[in-house]
Amino acid sequence: MTSLVWLTVALPLLGFLVNGAVSLRRPQAKNLVSWVGVGVLAGAFLVSLGVFTDLWQHPPHQPIIVNLWRWLPVGALQIDMAFQVDQLSTVMLLVVTGVGSLIHLFSVGYMKEDPGYARYFAYLNLFVVFMLVLVLGSSFPVMFIGWEGVGLCSYLLIGFWFNDKVNADAGKKAFIVNRIGDFGFLMAMFMIWNSLGTLTFTGMVAKGPALLAPGSATVTAITLFLFLGCTGKSAQIPLYTWLPDAMAGPTPVSALIHAATMVTAGVYLVIRTNVLFALAPLSSTVVAGIGALTALFAATIGLRQYDIKKVLAYSTVSQLGYMFLGVGTGAYASGLFHLATHAFFKALLFLGAGSVIYAMHHAYHATHSHADAQDMRNMGGLKQYMPLTFWLMAIATLAIAGIPPFSGFFSKDEILAAAFARGETTPIYYVFYGMGLAAALLTAFYMARLMAMTFLGSNRTGEQERSHLHDAPWVMTGPLVVLGVLSAIGGLLSLPPFVGGSAALEHWIEPVTAPASAFFRLEMPHGSTELFLVGAAVLIGVAGLLAGWKATLRRPIPTAADAPAETGLARVVNRKYYVDEIYDAIIVRPVVWLSRMVLWKGVDQGVVDGAAVNGTARFSRGLGWLGSPLQTGQVGVYIVLFLVGALWILHAVAG
Amino acid sequence: MLLGPALGLSAVLFSLGVAGVLLRRNAIVLFMCIELMLNAVNLSFVALAQLHGASGYVMVFFVMTVAAAEAAVGLAIIIGIFRHKQSVDLRNINLLRG
Amino acid sequence: MTEVVFYLFALAAVVSAALCILQKNPVSAALWLVSTMFSLAAIYVLLNAQFIAAIQVLVYAGAIMVLFLFVIMLLNLGHAESDIRGPSTVAATLVIVGLLSIELFALLQYTPRRLASEFAQWPTFTDPSTVFVAGQVTQQAGAARGVVGAVAAPLFQVYLIPFEITSILLLVAIVGAVVLAKRKV
Repeated sequence: MTSLVWLTVALPLLGFLVNGAVSLRRPQAKNLVSWVGVGVLAGAFLVSLGVFTDLWQHPPHQPIIVNLWRWLPVGALQIDMAFQVDQLSTVMLLVVTGVGSLIHLFSVGYMKEDPGYARYFAYLNLFVVFMLVLVLGSSFPVMFIGWEGVGLCSYLLIGFWFNDKVNADAGKKAFIVNRIGDFGFLMAMFMIWNSLGTLTFTGMVAKGPALLAPGSATVTAITLFLFLGCTGKSAQIPLYTWLPDAMAGPTPVSALIHAATMVTAGVYLVIRTNVLFALAPLSSTVVAGIGALTALFAATIGLRQYDIKKVLAYSTVSQLGYMFLGVGTGAYASGLFHLATHAFFKALLFLGAGSVIYAMHHAYHATHSHADAQDMRNMGGLKQYMPLTFWLMAIATLAIAGIPPFSGFFSKDEILAAAFARGETTPIYYVFYGMGLAAALLTAFYMARLMAMTFLGSNRTGEQERSHLHDAPWVMTGPLVVLGVLSAIGGLLSLPPFVGGSAALEHWIEPVTAPASAFFRLEMPHGSTELFLVGAAVLIGVAGLLAGWKATLRRPIPTAADAPAETGLARVVNRKYYVDEIYDAIIVRPVVWLSRMVLWKGVDQGVVDGAAVNGTARFSRGLGWLGSPLQTGQVGVYIVLFLVGALWILHAVAG
Repeated sequence: MLLGPALGLSAVLFSLGVAGVLLRRNAIVLFMCIELMLNAVNLSFVALAQLHGASGYVMVFFVMTVAAAEAAVGLAIIIGIFRHKQSVDLRNINLLRG
Repeated sequence: MTEVVFYLFALAAVVSAALCILQKNPVSAALWLVSTMFSLAAIYVLLNAQFIAAIQVLVYAGAIMVLFLFVIMLLNLGHAESDIRGPSTVAATLVIVGLLSIELFALLQYTPRRLASEFAQWPTFTDPSTVFVAGQVTQQAGAARGVVGAVAAPLFQVYLIPFEITSILLLVAIVGAVVLAKRKV
């Protein structure tokens, strides 16, 4: 089955082609699109299961390379279109196709009435194609195809309702900010080629330790450039600003792309190139530091957002920060673990929010109200109208807050423990640990706030709307149930030893992280330290939840229309610390000025149009004007010229 | 044998003819200066005929004939131009201006 | 003795030519040109080309210059404003004529002796008496048949075809002149 791994890419590609054709020719054929769109994903998931089973039975020590065709044979550079099947890529394969299938199924219900239904599924399938190429690629260029492709699909899907300028702008912002990260990826690729002479991952593992000195400037530069790419794709400081704006897209898109899969590509990249990051301790510290900082920073912003999707967006940025804290510390397995569990509960949260928004939309649509269906201040008390959604989202909330025995507890706890352990050798990690702990507190707080505002208390939607609020149909709630189960039991993936587990994921990944372990062996805490850390994490989680719940329901909440304007610190946080405005002033405006004044008016109009094009014309005219005195029509002038010529000939012949 | 001085005289007359052509604006006088140049050339042909034989005289013969034909036609043209422009001044003959 | 006479007539020719080109009045210029031609005719006689001298007087001075005078009078150009061109042209004239004179006088080095010595260096040179043989033949012919006969022999034998063509040229010139000068075509 391993050699058939290309089917996972081919099936969604087929789906893209069919759905794309349908969207261009007969957009009303929604049934066909539903079956094809979800079917190819289900097929891809089955193939992934097959591949995983193969590997489970015979775990390979070396990655299996499935070669498809020769792509770029250029002298010394031989790049094949090939897929690398090893323990890491199979985990990612399962997450992407599994969670992806559930979200595709959810979309069938969510997007049912949208006229762009076929186009939506075409783009969604195309996204899965590129994501799988990214995850399965056996060399940097192939991975880069997927890297850029998911950026493209993200743009297409964020701006799906492009008739509204806000959505189109959000799509553009996502693409452009991603591009800045892509520059980092490219620079890293160039440097890797320059220093290692190979661009395949197996080549990197083989030659990296030999040709790159630990801690040298080269490998630090390479890894920092790679991390720049990660900050773009995975929305870390400083390139995270596109993710909250990306909520302009349909909610299943936010769930798939901006929670479960695309944004995790950065984490995957770091795990994949772990040998390089192990060779550059400074870069690893930078990764962990930025991760911790982002986790805390984004969590503070989430405290004061009123749009339900924005809260989840900042939550995603924050949790991605956790993952980077994990991989920066050297706990690659923990980062991967949190990636998987986060995919489960964040997708659940987004899809649940989708169900809520779906219900609110229908309610407002029925009463012809123009209130914002996504504003939490218009919700409240939805528990009695949408009980199933409430309980499932509650499971996800407990998971994200790190309450045992839910999945998030295990993964988050591992990362924090790793940071604490690393602090023994590098004290700054204690600071990162502190930041992570504070972020955990805030995470629990804002999630409880979200749940309280949306589901608890009294309903603020309105008298007539209430009759239209109910749970979503089964095509949408079914995937929620599956994700709920996964969020609950996901911890089984890698139970730590102190509860009797075998850290299965960590051992499974070992052949992939072995190159890094050769340079740095992370000692996880044991015994009493470990229990103390676990206890602290749980306590923080519980405290945050209780505090958020109580603080939110202390006073009655006004609806969005009646709410007073924010003031002071609350306002600064609500406006996300004005980071977008700062970027606009410092970066965007100067660049626009530069391109308008210098490049457009100066270079294009002045030099290219003026000097080169018009200038050549004027020069020719000038030459002609210079030559025009020769043709005066005056016979006298002609005589003079005639005699000059005759004199010349005489000289040439006789002189 | 007066070859040297004769050729020298021929050079001088030719130069005077060129100067006249350049200096005069009256078309008919211009023509006369051209005739002067032709005469100078005739002189050098005759001078060299002593060395190179009768072909020199024959050349002079033909030059004179052609000069006559040319003078006739050229003056006819000038008459035509005069009828058009009421002037034979070279400055006014500029219809070929580009 | 011949040299003195030659220089006399040469001086006359040069002075007449200089005055011709500088006269304001076109009629005066024409008459000075006639004077130049007479001087040249005298020089032709000194150079032993009597036939040519006669032709010069008959054709050039007698026909062509008369034609010029006819046209001048026909066009009533008697009154003359100065028509010598401006200072820039004078400067250009001086330059061009200067260069021309230098060029032409450089060619005066070719005296017969030099010509003969250059002939002697040609690869196919065999007999020194063949240099300038044509001139001697002409002189003998002139002594035998008279000055006209000396020209007639080559004219009607070697140069017969150009002779015939020249006659056609004259016919064309007559017809052309008549057509061009008519009032209404």
